[in-house]
Parts: sequence; structure tokens; C-alpha cells
Amino acid sequence: MNQNTRGSAFIMALYLIFLLLPIYWLVNMSLKTNFEINTTVSLWPQAITFEHYIKIFTDSSWYSGYINSLTYVVLNTIISISLALPAAYAFSRYSFVGDKHLFFWLLSNRMAPPAVFALPFFNLYSAIGLFDTPWAVALAHCLFNVPLAVWILEGFMSGVPREIDETAAIDGYSFPRFFVRIFMPLIASGIGVAAFFCFMFSWVELLLARTLTATFAKPIAVTMTRTVSAAGMDWGLLAAAGVLTIIPGALVIWFVRNYIAKGFALGRV
Amino acid sequence: MDKPVNNRAWWLVAPVFAIVAFSAIIPIMTVVNYSVQDTFGNNQFFWNGLGWFQELLDPSTELGGRFFAALWRNLLFSAIILAIEVPLGILVALSMPREGWRVAATLVTMALPLLIPWNVVGTIWQVFARADIGLLGYGLNALGINYNYTGDVFSAWVTIVVMDVWHWTSLVALLCYAGLKSIPDAYYQAARIDGASRWAVFTTIQLPKMKRVLLIAVLLRFMDSFMIYTEPFVLTGGGPGNATTFLSIDLVKLALGQFDLGKAAAMSLVYNLIVLALCWVFYTVMTHAGSERPDQGSAA
Repeated sequence: MNQNTRGSAFIMALYLIFLLLPIYWLVNMSLKTNFEINTTVSLWPQAITFEHYIKIFTDSSWYSGYINSLTYVVLNTIISISLALPAAYAFSRYSFVGDKHLFFWLLSNRMAPPAVFALPFFNLYSAIGLFDTPWAVALAHCLFNVPLAVWILEGFMSGVPREIDETAAIDGYSFPRFFVRIFMPLIASGIGVAAFFCFMFSWVELLLARTLTATFAKPIAVTMTRTVSAAGMDWGLLAAAGVLTIIPGALVIWFVRNYIAKGFALGRV
Repeated sequence: MDKPVNNRAWWLVAPVFAIVAFSAIIPIMTVVNYSVQDTFGNNQFFWNGLGWFQELLDPSTELGGRFFAALWRNLLFSAIILAIEVPLGILVALSMPREGWRVAATLVTMALPLLIPWNVVGTIWQVFARADIGLLGYGLNALGINYNYTGDVFSAWVTIVVMDVWHWTSLVALLCYAGLKSIPDAYYQAARIDGASRWAVFTTIQLPKMKRVLLIAVLLRFMDSFMIYTEPFVLTGGGPGNATTFLSIDLVKLALGQFDLGKAAAMSLVYNLIVLALCWVFYTVMTHAGSERPDQGSAA
């Protein structure tokens, strides 16, 4: 799509260096001792140390943060996708009273600022006794992930011809059987993309996760905010924890790499 | 697209409606409730009518001045990042390698910043940009440029804008790339036969094909930058002074920091209404752009 390939390779290389430079620095920091971080600025660790990683993997107040985060992210992804599938089907196949308004209202919740919801969510989940559990965060993240999943799945489902539904009905498939056995495999890549986005937005969100947890369900992102001690910032530990939060995302991207481009267009190209 | 009318489809939508209503309507009602009351503490509330709203929308009061300052600051921020990220994203999408292992490697690297938790994005830029321990901060100061994002307003803004460009340009680029991929090769062959220039190919073939995805990109980037909280909060904490206190940061300070429930609730509602209005404008433009091409699955 571009004749000037040398020029584009150069632009691309510059952009990728720009993306990777701060990450390289974080990894570099995570392998240094705090003494070295505070005394010299060096491009690579002079004495490589894994003490920060060892501390995270052996101290339960650190590694439980990762487990808590992954728990609510997975819960949220399952809830969002299973609720969004039938709704997206309804939007892509039928018109019904108030469908356009409902779709806009759903979408507007994806755009609503989490800061607006922080305090009322705190009250709501305290009142129903879910405060400081993974369920509170998983349900709260549904506010933006369910609408997003509906939006993405609707895009993918509209690409499936309606004749398939009709043929299946003539062949005697009941609706649930048709949906699970025939329709879902057809939009498998769409389900994968929607799950990827639910995972992504639940994994990266901090404000609501922080507001809705105290001790037992504390996510890793919150644990990281407590590396300030009387002796100053524990930069090495902070950097190591940061590196470890990048890894789940990198793994997920690797699995969906062939669908990334279409996925980011939300099934709408 | 004429879809069969079937009101029983509501049964399929009902679970989604229930969970989003639970997460959206009940909390908003709490906010409405707080916004018309004042408190002296001890859980004693009394009716305050529209007092908080009047104060909020009057720039001469302390609350109003603070709100409008944060609003303009946030709009300026959104305008700057859109002006950088959209052209840069298009440029990056046009520069994507065409085939081979490089495509997968580039895509994965590009998507990487999008999956880093937002507070870690703040942390990454903190350790990268600090003048004492960061490569960027140390390097700039070594070159004789006075750079200190915790003390200097201009440095703080530059750092936050560059951080956002680092974080989100890939989203724009990936969307544009998806749009470009959908252009059949025949279009380019026709352009070559006609002797079209590179610029003509871009304006008459590539840009129109990217229009839909670009709209999605602008919508998502505008909305997300308009409610940005975590990254600047970690990096600058809204400072120096209030120089990088955007709307969400200000709101959280008011609600969870000072526990000024009435003021915070009024601000929440006005903030939410602005977002809703902007969202409606974008949505209308988007569905309109979609209905021009009925062969594409349009949103509802």
C-alpha cells in the first residue's frame, strides 16, 4: 500500500523505539539495586539483581494482589460476554420498541467517567455487602464492559447473513441449540475479540478497583501505590511489580495477534 | 437494513438492561439525591435545592471557578492529544509492513502499551521522566534543557501529552490499519494505471475508506481523554499547583478527598451531562456516516 517502503520502515522503526524505550527503562530499573538507582544513571544494570522479583513472588501481600486482579478480570469477562451475546443478537437481527435509544444509552455508559461512579458505587456495594470482594469490582466493571461487548459482538454478528438463521430454523433447530451449535462458532473470532477487550479494560482500570476494595480483594495496582516508605521510594520494587503487570497483557495480545486489526475496528470494517 | 420487527427480542436484551441499569441508574440516583442536599456531618442532611448547581455554573464563585478551570484544561488537553494522535496514527498505519513475520511483531509491539494498567503507565513515565533517576529527565537536563515535570508547568504538560501519545496512538493506528486492510488491491492498480500521485491515492482512496474507523477512533480517544484520571494522577498528582488537575481528578479530590458530597454530586451530574451530549453528537455523526454505506453493518 506504500511505494516508499524504505521511508515507511524508517517511520515504523522510530515509532517502535519510542514505544519500547520507556518499557526498556522500567525493566532496566527492576534489575538494579536501589542503591544503584539512587546513585547513578546507567543504561544497564552494573550488578544484576533479582531481589525485587524474589520479594514479590515470596511475599503474599504482593503476589495475592496479582491473584485478586486476575480473579475479578476473569469474572468480569465471563459475565460480560455471556450477557452480551443474546443482547447483541437481538440488536443485530430484530428491530424492537426503543432499540435505538437503548443502544445509545448502553453506549453512553461506556463513555461515562468512572470518577462520577466511584462514590455511589462505594455506597451501593457496601449496602449489599459485596464491598472488598472480587465480585464488587467485577460487577462495577460491567458498567463499561457490557456495553462495549454488545457493541463489538453486534458488529461481528451483522456480518453473518440472516439466511443462516432461517435455514437452521427450517432444519428444525431450536433457538438455543442453533445459537450455541451453529451461530457461536461462526462468530468465534468476534467472541475472542470481545473477551480480549473486556479483559483489557478491566485489567487496566484502577479508580473503581481501588475504591471498591480495602484489604482482602486488593488489586495489584493498589499494592503498587504503597511502595513509599519512611526510607523513600522503593523504585526497584515498584519497577519489578510494573514489569510483572505487563506480562499478562503481552500474553493475551500474542493469542489474538491475528485478529488485532479487525478487533480494534470492533468488527466494523 | 430492514430488520423484522419483533418485540420479544426484549427478552434477549433484558439481562444486559438489568445489569447496566443496576450499575448506572441506582448510583446516579444517589448522586441526584446528594446534589440537592447539604450536610453538617453526623449524617444530617437538609434540602438545598439547586444551590450547588447555581454555585457550580457561576465562574465567580470558588467552586465554579475551579470547575470551569478544570473543564477548559481538560478540553485543551483533549484537543492537543487528538491533534497529535490522529495524524500520527494515520502515518503509522500507512507505514505498516505489508507481509511476513514483521506484521505480527509490529502489531504485538504496538498493542503492548494498550494493555498496561493505567497506573503502571503513570509509573513507567515517572521512572522514565524523573530528573534524578529517569533516562529522559536526566538526558534532557544533561543536554542543558531545564526539565522538571514536578516543578515546572510546561514540563508537566509536555510529559502528560507525550505519555498519552505513547499510550494511545497505537489505538488510532490499529483502527486505521484495519480500515486500510479492507481496501481491495484493484483500487491501487486502477490508481496506478491512472497515474495517480501518492497524495491523490491517499485523499481519494485511503482516507474515504478510513472514515468510519477514524470516527470510532476520534470518539474513543476524545471520550477517554475527557475522563482521564489515573495516569496524570500517578505522574503529577494534578500538580504542580493545579496545572494538570483534569475534571476527573478534581471530582475525586472533591468527593473522596474533601468528602464535599453535595458539591461533588452536582459536579458529577453536570460532567456526566456534558459527556452524554458530546457522546450523542458523535453517535449521530457516526450512524449517519454508516447509513451512507448500507452494505456495512451499521450500529443498530
